[in-house]
Amino acid sequence: MNTNEGATSNQHWPTIRFNVNGAARIVRVPPMKRLLDVLREDLHLTGTKEGCGEGECGSCSVRMNGELVNSCLVPVLQAEGADIQTVEGLALGGELHPLQEAFLCHGGAQCGICTPGMLMAAAQLLERSPHPAMPEIREALAGNLCRCTGFIRIFESVAAAVGAQSAGSATKLTTEQVHHAR
Amino acid sequence: MNKPTATRIVGAAVPRKEGVDKLLGRACYVDDIDREGMWHGATVRSSIPRGLIRSFAFDRRIDWSEFTVVTAADIPGENCIQLIVADQPCLADGKVNHCEEAILLLAHPDKHKLREAAGAVRIEYEPLPPIFTIEESERQEIVVWGADNLLKSFLLEKGDVDSAWARAARIIEGEYRTGAQEHLYIENQGVIAEYSAEGGVTVWGSLQCPYYVFKALRAVFDLPEDKVRVIQTETGGAFGGKEDYPSTLACHAALLAMKSGHPVKMVYDRMEDLAATTKRHPSRVRHRTAVDRDGKLLAMEIDLATDGGAYATLSSTVLSRATLHATGPYLCPNIRLHARSWATNYVPYGAFRGFGAPQAIFAMERHMDEIAAAIGVDPVELRRRNFLHVGDTNATEQEMREPVILDQLLERALKESDYHSKRAQFARENPASPVKRGMGIATFYHGSGFTGSGEVYLNSLGGIDVTPDRQVRVLVSNTEFGQGTNTILTQIAAEALSIDYADVTMAAPDTGVVPNSGPTVASRTSMVIGRIIERACSQLLALLRERAGLGPSFTSEEFFAACERYRAAHGEVMSLCRYEAPPGIVWDDQRYHGEAYGAYAWAVYVAQVAVDTVTYSAEVEDFWAVQEVGRVLHPVLAAGQIEGGIAQGIGYALYEKVVWQDGRMANNQMTNYIMPTAEDVPPIHVFFEEIPFRFGGFGAKGLGELPHDGPAPAILNAIRDATGGAFNSIPLLPEDLYLGLAAVQPAEETAGR
Repeated sequence: MNTNEGATSNQHWPTIRFNVNGAARIVRVPPMKRLLDVLREDLHLTGTKEGCGEGECGSCSVRMNGELVNSCLVPVLQAEGADIQTVEGLALGGELHPLQEAFLCHGGAQCGICTPGMLMAAAQLLERSPHPAMPEIREALAGNLCRCTGFIRIFESVAAAVGAQSAGSATKLTTEQVHHAR
Repeated sequence: MNKPTATRIVGAAVPRKEGVDKLLGRACYVDDIDREGMWHGATVRSSIPRGLIRSFAFDRRIDWSEFTVVTAADIPGENCIQLIVADQPCLADGKVNHCEEAILLLAHPDKHKLREAAGAVRIEYEPLPPIFTIEESERQEIVVWGADNLLKSFLLEKGDVDSAWARAARIIEGEYRTGAQEHLYIENQGVIAEYSAEGGVTVWGSLQCPYYVFKALRAVFDLPEDKVRVIQTETGGAFGGKEDYPSTLACHAALLAMKSGHPVKMVYDRMEDLAATTKRHPSRVRHRTAVDRDGKLLAMEIDLATDGGAYATLSSTVLSRATLHATGPYLCPNIRLHARSWATNYVPYGAFRGFGAPQAIFAMERHMDEIAAAIGVDPVELRRRNFLHVGDTNATEQEMREPVILDQLLERALKESDYHSKRAQFARENPASPVKRGMGIATFYHGSGFTGSGEVYLNSLGGIDVTPDRQVRVLVSNTEFGQGTNTILTQIAAEALSIDYADVTMAAPDTGVVPNSGPTVASRTSMVIGRIIERACSQLLALLRERAGLGPSFTSEEFFAACERYRAAHGEVMSLCRYEAPPGIVWDDQRYHGEAYGAYAWAVYVAQVAVDTVTYSAEVEDFWAVQEVGRVLHPVLAAGQIEGGIAQGIGYALYEKVVWQDGRMANNQMTNYIMPTAEDVPPIHVFFEEIPFRFGGFGAKGLGELPHDGPAPAILNAIRDATGGAFNSIPLLPEDLYLGLAAVQPAEETAGR
């Protein structure tokens, strides 16, 4: 089993087990510690960002058991046994997720700080509704604030990713290829 | 007219340089960084708006031996944040002039222990009377800054205003107000600082201007240049909010690092960031305008005032830009403009996208609609009759020598938005509908780069070098915070050197590595820095041709081979250039007269707005933005800048209200400071006309600030069109609409127009 003991451990704290991006993880941390902080501080998955700490901005969005959650509002004890996906889990296999590719081509990311949360919200939408219409895209992203783009290019990126997915044969860039294209 | 020259990379939608790192979640923002042995810092702040500090008391329930405590007495150099006027202390010493002013700093290895400790420091004050409005500051009964509360003033005069009134067919007066606006970058302010006696101070941080922070640290620590180093980390939005504040935060963290002997991280949470950092200056602008029978502008008298907050910070330059944009893109022979920035006891206001221009343009463009209504001329036609053309002079008597295509932009905006037929349609439909629709317009320009001689004084130095591992690096202190600096500057270098985009990278934004090419502000990067990079590239090619046998045409391989031949014979392959002003830039800073800006971007924006007369909510249903910004270097990034600026402008007009309570921001949370969400933004249609500007990077002018100038007046003009309600103040919330529209009842008679 691929496990990873969290950086902080203390025998008074309970052991909490969950899966992150397909790998089993075990942490011993205060049970009320925010899932956001466990991901960032104990598991060093810093792709998930804090914007407001009160569930308003969506920067810390991750997927937990198929639901989109604000990880700043989830005490880690609630994650016991959960399947969690973060932005680091989107591009598995060295290939950019179609959403990442679309955000790159269509200007969906500017400063990038809302991007991980935005990608997770968009991924959640596409899993529930593979061919969303524009009002559905807007609604699905309404819990994620972006101050740079005015959202327009984020909508276009999601729509383009839908198009790419439905086209099926669309060229997939690997992270390495895109890196070369830089 | 100049035509864009054929280019391979400039003008193409290449991938954002740091895009993949951002999409994979591996871009490194300051809070993603840990240093060995790092502690965390916190700030103890003033709870009153003005007063004398009598004493500190440290509650005994905290074990203070675990903490490092810093006060003004620990500052080795000057207790002052270097900016324009040396009036703002790094830490309050004996008195405070606004709520949330930093008094004392704490550091501890465990960040979770800091909040309680900060709350356990009790400060005794002797309160002094504060002032909270421009009017109180003007009365000067209570003086809170200098001898007279006046942070800065400008007087601009053109022609003879006094003799013009007698010739007027109509004189129209109006007063317009704008509120504070929060940047709301999604990444809060943050830095990490290290200190050692040998190495001096090193700071990593979320910031726009590494050399501003560098200058501030040198003064506070009294250190020579080689003992201070500032490195920008990936920055999650700025919009002007990370122009000056990071200087203060960097000094705070570095003081804690010096005293504790540990690296110290200070990252604000959202509530602290909203309460304690800068916002857009509130303004009050009074217009008195004389027009002839046809609506031609005869004279304008403008009294422009901003609230600067407790210290001078950037208020003088914000006021300058407000002054230079206050008369709009119109020809008027007689102008008198008095602009003043007043001190109050709020947190100092600072830079925010547009930097005074959105305030001044809101007033001018709302006033144009009131003039149109007063003389019974269509608002579009009134503007058309007064547009500047080539050969005309603006308020500073700068002659328009570059192409001015306002008529063309206007035609396109009217056509794309179907303005006239929609207006007619809404006029027919509105009387029978509880939802009143209207169309509103704003026409404006925005000066690119620093004002007047500002770019000459900055004397920016930038360029490129070539590393032995086959990379061209762009060497500038201009930073990426979402706008696309990394991408456009590497595009320009790749284009100018005739090599691949992938062969060019950005050198680290580190004062130990890059020269001072000035701050990343004022829509200057594409035009001013772009041009410096373009020239540095030409200079390098000439050198390689002369000394390293580079042929007239070459492949990337041949280019890098020539670089290695040059390196073997002469050493480092580097090319730097200083700013060169376009010819004919003459500016008189005393009279505010002459070439205010090297170039202007021009725009016509149209808003379609629906006002629900049951709920009193106003919704922007559709938006058209037509602009001329010189050459568009990257179509996707450029449109993204325009769209993002418009969304912020919509927030400025209809959503974003800073609520003050005794000098303190009462709604310092994202829960109750409301910005537009994905459900609130309308479709935004962006159109560019391209006229390359000879002295900008591959023909570019500035565009980053422009889109914040137009939305607020266009939206309020549309609301006037929809409801007949002349609203002269933003933000305009449903409760304001309710009060205003109740006053213009009966709705049945006025609502149609």
